[in-house]
Amino acid sequence: MSIHRSHILVCSGSNCTLRASVPVRMALRAAIADQGLDKEFKVIETGCFGLCQEGPIMVIYPEGIHYCGVQPDDIDEIVETHLKKGRVVNRLLYRGEAEQEVTLPSTPFYQRQHRVVLRNVGAVDPENIEESLARDGYQGLAKALDTMSPRDVVQTMLDSGLQGRGGAGFPAGRKWDFTLRASGEPKYVVCNADEGEPGTSKDRLILEGDPHAVIEGMAIAGYAVGASQGFIYIRGEYQLSLQRFRKAVEQAREYGLLGSDILGSGFSFNVEVRSGAGAYVCGEETALLNSLEGRRGEPRYKPPFPANEGLWGKPTLINNVETLANAAPILMHGAQWYRSLGSEDCPGTKVFTLSGDVANRGLIEVPMGITLREIVEDIGGGIPGGRQFKMAQIGGTSGGCIPAEHLDIPIDIPHLDDVGASLGSGALLIVDDSHCMVDLSKTFLHFFAHESCGQCTPCREGTMLMRKLVDGIAAGSGTRKDLELLERITATMRKASLCGLGQTAPTPVLTALRYFSDEYEAHIDSGRCISGACGVAVGGMKS
Amino acid sequence: MIMLCSCREVKIVREDVKEAVQRCGREKHQLLEILGQLQKGTNFLERDTLVAVAEELDLPLAEVYGTATFYSLYSTKPRGRYVVRVCESAPCHIDGAADILAAVKAHLGVAVDETTDNSQFTLETTSCLGVCSVGPAMMINDEVYGNLTPDRAVEILQSYN
Amino acid sequence: MKSMQELEAIRQKAKKAMKVREGQENAIVVSVAMGTCGIAKGARDVMMALVDETAKRGLDSVVITQSGCAGFCEKEPMAKVHMPGQPEINYGYLDANRARDIVARHLVHGEIVHDYVVQLPGGEDRA
Repeated sequence: MSIHRSHILVCSGSNCTLRASVPVRMALRAAIADQGLDKEFKVIETGCFGLCQEGPIMVIYPEGIHYCGVQPDDIDEIVETHLKKGRVVNRLLYRGEAEQEVTLPSTPFYQRQHRVVLRNVGAVDPENIEESLARDGYQGLAKALDTMSPRDVVQTMLDSGLQGRGGAGFPAGRKWDFTLRASGEPKYVVCNADEGEPGTSKDRLILEGDPHAVIEGMAIAGYAVGASQGFIYIRGEYQLSLQRFRKAVEQAREYGLLGSDILGSGFSFNVEVRSGAGAYVCGEETALLNSLEGRRGEPRYKPPFPANEGLWGKPTLINNVETLANAAPILMHGAQWYRSLGSEDCPGTKVFTLSGDVANRGLIEVPMGITLREIVEDIGGGIPGGRQFKMAQIGGTSGGCIPAEHLDIPIDIPHLDDVGASLGSGALLIVDDSHCMVDLSKTFLHFFAHESCGQCTPCREGTMLMRKLVDGIAAGSGTRKDLELLERITATMRKASLCGLGQTAPTPVLTALRYFSDEYEAHIDSGRCISGACGVAVGGMKS
Repeated sequence: MIMLCSCREVKIVREDVKEAVQRCGREKHQLLEILGQLQKGTNFLERDTLVAVAEELDLPLAEVYGTATFYSLYSTKPRGRYVVRVCESAPCHIDGAADILAAVKAHLGVAVDETTDNSQFTLETTSCLGVCSVGPAMMINDEVYGNLTPDRAVEILQSYN
Repeated sequence: MKSMQELEAIRQKAKKAMKVREGQENAIVVSVAMGTCGIAKGARDVMMALVDETAKRGLDSVVITQSGCAGFCEKEPMAKVHMPGQPEINYGYLDANRARDIVARHLVHGEIVHDYVVQLPGGEDRA
């Protein structure tokens, strides 16, 4: 084994890849080889560091220096100045608000975070299982197999209070418990990686940055519920995630961490990687199961729940990527430790994708109960361009819009419920005061009208009708009656739709109507839109 | 279509389908995988392909067709060599996705869901590609591009000519 | 691997290979001056010898890093050793063999190798 004196980590998450991290890495490798430095320096592709806005990001160890916005042209200087002479290239350091060069880990962006799920994302090479092992990868599984019964594992998950991180927030331990108790053989574990909620890319960045955490979580779940086959269903659009995950599964097999008689315990478990084909509704768990079976991804009636009748009618545990990635740390450190993070009603941490009109966009993990203001102002660095915060849409396009007056609410399930929003999948879209709510509502509704699977009437017709009404309001031909009609349609959809898609599709428009009714009224009454995005005159609102 | 020509095509189609089925497996749950493989060459699924798949897997044609038309990554209509998907979800929308779409439309001279005359490009819109921190974004076949401006989007398209 | 013991062995080995990325608190830090001057006088050989020798001896808690020119080009190649709770020791006029000597005597036994120590006018803050 060769030991390199310095490791250079270059982000290869999707976002940095779009910002030229591949040419950067290639240029760096070439320059290092050219200068004969390849015995000293090891270049490692790693997952997302979170601060995607500043990408591509590079970290040089042992110094721990972070460089931001590195382009291929910068490589010569980095090699000459830093690698060869040990001097920091100041111009590439992260600049804080005061335009001062600071080290990244000391910024509020990192200081306010707490990384449990993202513990290895940005710290390891996701294509090298040994790096994951060095950072305690598969230690949770080893502990479970060595010292715990399946019942103990389920009990620990129940005690931890972990709630599903895919959107619905159902207690994860209870799902595990139901599946363990269910009769029927074989049982399956399915990882839901069909991350389609607009504004959400946390699962993608976990899969790309630390696939072994997810494999380990699936294996732990398999042991707990008595399944020996797992499936992961990854969005078809996520080519890099699919490729990395397949590689990780192969490596885990090679090392005997998947397969038969894992670590001499007698427990066997395999994972099969499946690709989706572009259908938002497949994020709904029963639709996903249908898709896995090779059918149209239409949701099933519930009950029966997947825990009793899931894949091919067999008991199936289906959890989101982030939920499963929490399993190993919970087993390693205990349920009490997990409960010590986050708020009383919502233990633990949550990973968010921060996007929109905010200075630091990217991937963050925060303790539950942190306030929206802390995320926007401290971690997010506030609203750029001298604009004002208008609203945050939490949980993706099916999530609620939270106005400035609620900036101080703690982010957890009950508090969000109070303001008509829900935690959802972990999207956090920040919108400044230059945008029109009617125009945004239009975007939301076009999305749902396209993605409704058409199986049940309230959702199929409701999404189309809502779209038509809001299109009309935006074009200046709406009436006050339309607003009443909107309310009635939304009520029907929430009560009568078959699955979560139809039940939550009205949420963004309902919250927009609740907090920004003046904008709707301005479009209807005086034909004015604050942003000019709509087909009516630009202008302020009547107050 | 001329019969002679069609027959030969059907033969090729059948061979392709047999190969894909062999690679993925004959079980019904491999249907999505099989369709995905078969679409790789032409960017769309011909009727003959669906017929052959139905026969190979012993499924009703209606079921194969129903599945193929359910998913937006599959198409049963001819598409160009490159499928351009412009993201129109909310995060890209507030980053100016509408301007990107307008520029791409103008450059290609087609509307959404249309294909250029030279069969090079098909323009589609897509929901979130999961790269919201670097929006607005678009995807050309399997390649994702972010931080777009109208000019950059056109430059990228030109690089595909 | 087929047992918990094997997993532990691979984990320990992998940890070693990643040592360089861990925090430096309470670690022994050896910093080699890698300015143009130092490199010209063989700092790279010194660095490689330090890396090699510490790895051979399994000195996991030693971090080997680099710094810029300390301003005493004449005394290059230079390196300083910082052990937790002790003053920094500056070494000069090094070569690969001397570097290995420092590892064996100073890093392993805590014995300052006085033959190679250089006194820097102006004290540590300049180094």
